Amino acid sequence: MSEILDLIAGLLVVTGCVFVLAGGIGALRMPDFYTRIHGASLTDSLGPVLVLGGLMVNAGLTLISVKLAAVMLLLMVTSPTATYALANAALLAGLKPEGVEHDTTEPEKPA
Amino acid sequence: MTMLLIGVFLLSLLVITAIAIVRSEDLFSAVMLSGIFSLLMALNFFLLDAADVALTEAAVGAGVATVLLLAGLRLIPPKEAPGRPLRALSVTVIAATALLMIYASFGQPTLGDPLAPTQQHIAPWYIEKTPELIDIPNIVTAVLSSFRGYDTLGEVFVVLTAGIGVMFLLGGGRGKPFSRLDSQAEQGLSGHLIPKVMARLLIPFILLFALFIQFHGEYSPGGGFQAGAIFVAGIILYSLVRGEGLALSVIPPRALLLMSAGGALLFGSVGVAGMLMGGNFLEYSVLAENPVIGQHIGIIVIELGVGLTVTGVLLSIFHAFAARD
Repeated sequence: MSEILDLIAGLLVVTGCVFVLAGGIGALRMPDFYTRIHGASLTDSLGPVLVLGGLMVNAGLTLISVKLAAVMLLLMVTSPTATYALANAALLAGLKPEGVEHDTTEPEKPA
Repeated sequence: MTMLLIGVFLLSLLVITAIAIVRSEDLFSAVMLSGIFSLLMALNFFLLDAADVALTEAAVGAGVATVLLLAGLRLIPPKEAPGRPLRALSVTVIAATALLMIYASFGQPTLGDPLAPTQQHIAPWYIEKTPELIDIPNIVTAVLSSFRGYDTLGEVFVVLTAGIGVMFLLGGGRGKPFSRLDSQAEQGLSGHLIPKVMARLLIPFILLFALFIQFHGEYSPGGGFQAGAIFVAGIILYSLVRGEGLALSVIPPRALLLMSAGGALLFGSVGVAGMLMGGNFLEYSVLAENPVIGQHIGIIVIELGVGLTVTGVLLSIFHAFAARD
């Protein structure tokens, strides 16, 4: 039983690390600002959630798990908000996504 | 071995960040990098088992100081002024000093060496006597607020003095800090739904956590300094999403000034109370029948004083910067 749990924990942590790595590569390699923060958002949403989930499986039903769950909840709430705020600020500052011609801060007029 | 590798990794990141700060000409990125530097430093402190210091560094260095620097950035041009060319003399002096310090570092005892002079001097006495004299689990708090209470009193007054200095420099100059703020009440980010909702969700927990750090400081890492910084972070978040004006009506400038001065005064009066009850200045043992209980009372009250002063001063500085647009 504990071996299976260890295996699940390890798999979760490794998958989380892969997502963090992919996010890092994305933040470096993507063409413009918005796609970059799309990549970078992986490193602070899905990656840590999987890593923390793995650690929770490893810790079992203890106080440590509760603390990890609190950290996970905080990250799940704050990271997407931070990414949203960043993208929104860039849009309001007038940075246009690559390949977009019209002014994105104004709603499009129906034809 | 793993700890060593992580330590080496973190220290190399620190060096890279420091070089990036020096090299960047854009002041905004320099400020963000200095926040990252503080966060890495906090991790380093944590690796060295200095959880209290790590908490302070993360809350003050990476959190509030970055916000204050960003607020200060609004008052100055965004680019670094073009520097003068390097002079041979200054390069020589700096290089010589750096080489000397590297050379001196070889003479230092290894990390955690039990025979090192610091571990031989007074630290064993603190570790041995804290359970007996003060009876709290966090020896750092015992040292900070009881054994070395004079130092902490000095620190609180340094914080207060710094706050007064910033008030004089930024606060209108006519003895009326925030005078320019009363007329304008900015809206903040209140038009942006997601940050607003999330901030309203998080602020109570941030403030609750600050109070936990404040009043649980005798049992776990934390204390007045960290709690004050975290509390201020919560209020700053509030003023970001709800506007400066509402934040100021929650804690008005007068209350902030009272908190800043009152905290330091509270700390000092605990010391005087010790004298009146027949002990020395800042001797808490005489505050109650049982000396250990007296120590507990003294520590809790002076930590409250520290927290009040740090909160008041940091928030005053933030508002003073925000008022100068």
